[in-house]
Amino acid sequence: MQMNGAQMVCEAIIAEGVKTVFGYPGGAIMHVYDEIYKQNGFEHILNRHEQAAVHAADGYARATGEVGVAMVTSGPGFTNAVTGLATAYMDSIPMVVISGQVPLSLIGTDGFQEIDAVGISRPCTKHNFLVRSLEELPRVLKEAFYIARSGRPGPVLVDVPKDITVEIGKFKYPDTVSIPSYKPTYKGNKRQIEKAVEAIKRAKKPLLYLGGGVVLSNAYELVRKLAEKTQIPAVETLMARGVMGAKNPLLLGMLGMHGNYASNMAMSETDLVISLGARFDDRVTGKLSEFAKYADVIHVDIDAANIGKLVEVDYPIVGDVKRVLEEMIPLLEGVETDRYRAWREILKRYNELHPQSYIDSDEVIKPQWAIERIGELIGEDAIITSDVGQHQMWAAQHYPFDRPRQWINSGGLGTMGFGFPAAIGAKRAFPEKTVVNVTGDGSILMNMQELVTAAEYKIPVINMILNNHFLGMVRQWQTFFYEKRYSETDLTFQPNWKALAEACGGIGYDVTTKVEFDAAVKDAMEQNKVCFMNVAVNRFEDVLPMVPSGGALFNMMLPPKSETDGEEK
Amino acid sequence: MAKTMNERRVISVVVMNESSVLARVTALFAGRGYNIESLTVAPIPNSEMSHITIETKGNARVMEQITKQLHKLIPVYKVIEHEEMVEKEMVLVKFPIAENLSDIASLAAAYNGGIVNVGREMVIAQVADEPKRIKHFIEAAQRYNPCETVRSGVVAIER
Ligand SMILES: Cc1ncc(C[n+]2csc(CCOP(=O)(O)OP(=O)(O)O)c2C)c(N)n1
Repeated sequence: MQMNGAQMVCEAIIAEGVKTVFGYPGGAIMHVYDEIYKQNGFEHILNRHEQAAVHAADGYARATGEVGVAMVTSGPGFTNAVTGLATAYMDSIPMVVISGQVPLSLIGTDGFQEIDAVGISRPCTKHNFLVRSLEELPRVLKEAFYIARSGRPGPVLVDVPKDITVEIGKFKYPDTVSIPSYKPTYKGNKRQIEKAVEAIKRAKKPLLYLGGGVVLSNAYELVRKLAEKTQIPAVETLMARGVMGAKNPLLLGMLGMHGNYASNMAMSETDLVISLGARFDDRVTGKLSEFAKYADVIHVDIDAANIGKLVEVDYPIVGDVKRVLEEMIPLLEGVETDRYRAWREILKRYNELHPQSYIDSDEVIKPQWAIERIGELIGEDAIITSDVGQHQMWAAQHYPFDRPRQWINSGGLGTMGFGFPAAIGAKRAFPEKTVVNVTGDGSILMNMQELVTAAEYKIPVINMILNNHFLGMVRQWQTFFYEKRYSETDLTFQPNWKALAEACGGIGYDVTTKVEFDAAVKDAMEQNKVCFMNVAVNRFEDVLPMVPSGGALFNMMLPPKSETDGEEK
Repeated sequence: MAKTMNERRVISVVVMNESSVLARVTALFAGRGYNIESLTVAPIPNSEMSHITIETKGNARVMEQITKQLHKLIPVYKVIEHEEMVEKEMVLVKFPIAENLSDIASLAAAYNGGIVNVGREMVIAQVADEPKRIKHFIEAAQRYNPCETVRSGVVAIER
């Protein structure tokens, strides 16, 4: 079929089954927007900033497991999108971002709104393309989607010069992809899997260490099966919350810098780490030389470069977690679960000794209470997104996550401003689910223009602002490590949150008591409008436990056991 | 993992011929803090691929990471960390015509090279040999006051 390049872009998006595209127009991408206007194969959401558009596509991808698509113009449109690309890259999120570029003849001339998009995005995309001719456009689009979702997923940028979008040519969207140099490994080596199984059978204190790869590979049911069959306890990284399910008796909790006591002790004392889709991030391991010091390591990862990058691995298995577990689980038939009983007992005692706890208050709302309470009020089916800071950690620690893809946050890059647009993307994907962005009074302002987007398109996400009048996480470090010099973290000057939300077509709630909290949540769910729920929380609450940066996992600052808290520290 | 010494290593990277593939490879080295001592690149005859030879330094773990990270680049077809290889490098050295030409010629000959160009003011010698020998040749050539030295970088092939 004959058509112009802009139509080809739209046709490819439709052929890939994408229902929603997030974006922002501009000069270099205008022909594509003209075709978007004419088609009805997908809807387009006009976010109010390109960064938000990319985060929204990212949230859509994380919630569904499908490729998210965002579209931006050249120059500043693209540079605004870079944080979004980097965020998705660090968390291996499948995404295709299409950017306009100046016409081929102007490339290299410092033309108006020309910027080297492939140069800038090279280190923060899985791959990128500058389209050089109309002829290659269909193939490039096909490859972009394929690369984004296959192997270790990631964002792919397709930079399309304006003249190519006008040019007319023959369109046939390829059925298959053939990239001789790109052949991801899905199936794990059989011999290695057998050896790993032997190691599991020999171990006395094995531990399942679950990472975001389990979520990406949709392997959580198999992981639960593995745990159940072997009765091996499990810890989750920030990216894996929900994999085991909060009620699962084998789940110890989250490990790492803000992991709970039992999880971090388990990692310190285990004799066999069974790492599934985790990558030994420094926020997880603490001091490397002390990390899992007594353990052999089984490492299952689809990305060979992750294996042996930071810790020595005894049983490397390159492959998709799901495929590997399909082979591994039958081999564990007849494993003696009693073998690990003593180990489970020890860990149970650790958990009793120092549970994930906080001291509640009647005078002031504790942020942890707010998280637990919203979990009770909105049920297991909700999707929780978050920004970055203390609120993120409290959400990860205290929300009763029941399944993967229920928890959406920027783990690798730690991008403040991610939560709200990501919530918009998730809510668009699952309109029937309640979507709550747990955020802070700092983070929410980084993409607050999205109030307008959410109001316009009637995307009723709840922004629960745990308002401590601080850049809380930085303030916490200043308290602990900088002798309380609160340099540029005091946010006492605040907007009128309610008025701000209302000015943009949403609703605002000012919440200072538990009763008001419940009432606000109830109302927000009924109103079906985007809202800011401004929850005044204890100002000086700290996220605990905490492993000071670079310290060993077993050296945790633990939560207080009695009320000494709540005053100026 | 034992921190072995920063050893010199030679890696061959076979890549698809496409725009900016060299930029991807070099940016990876720059971005992850790996060294490039020398780099050569040329198309592989009768194919759609190019051969990049990179001379680098690093301990075993770094080398493993370099290899794996290179592999992750979409247009990288093959990465060979050379163990048993034949490696060669070429050097061109320009000397003033006033220097002792027969001495220079015999020196170059001793390194399997010779004089390849004689101009009005300059003479150019060429040597192609193992990188270590190239280094020795350059040292030995110093006494004839070379005014310019251009090395090609290493090419290698597994035996
Ligand atoms: C874009 C960006 N800038 C800066 C930071 C550094 N940072 C991490 S947490 C934090 C404070 C966040 O404050 P707030 O959103 O109010 O959340 P709280 O920690 O108070 O819950 C900052 C500034 C970041 N992660 N992202």
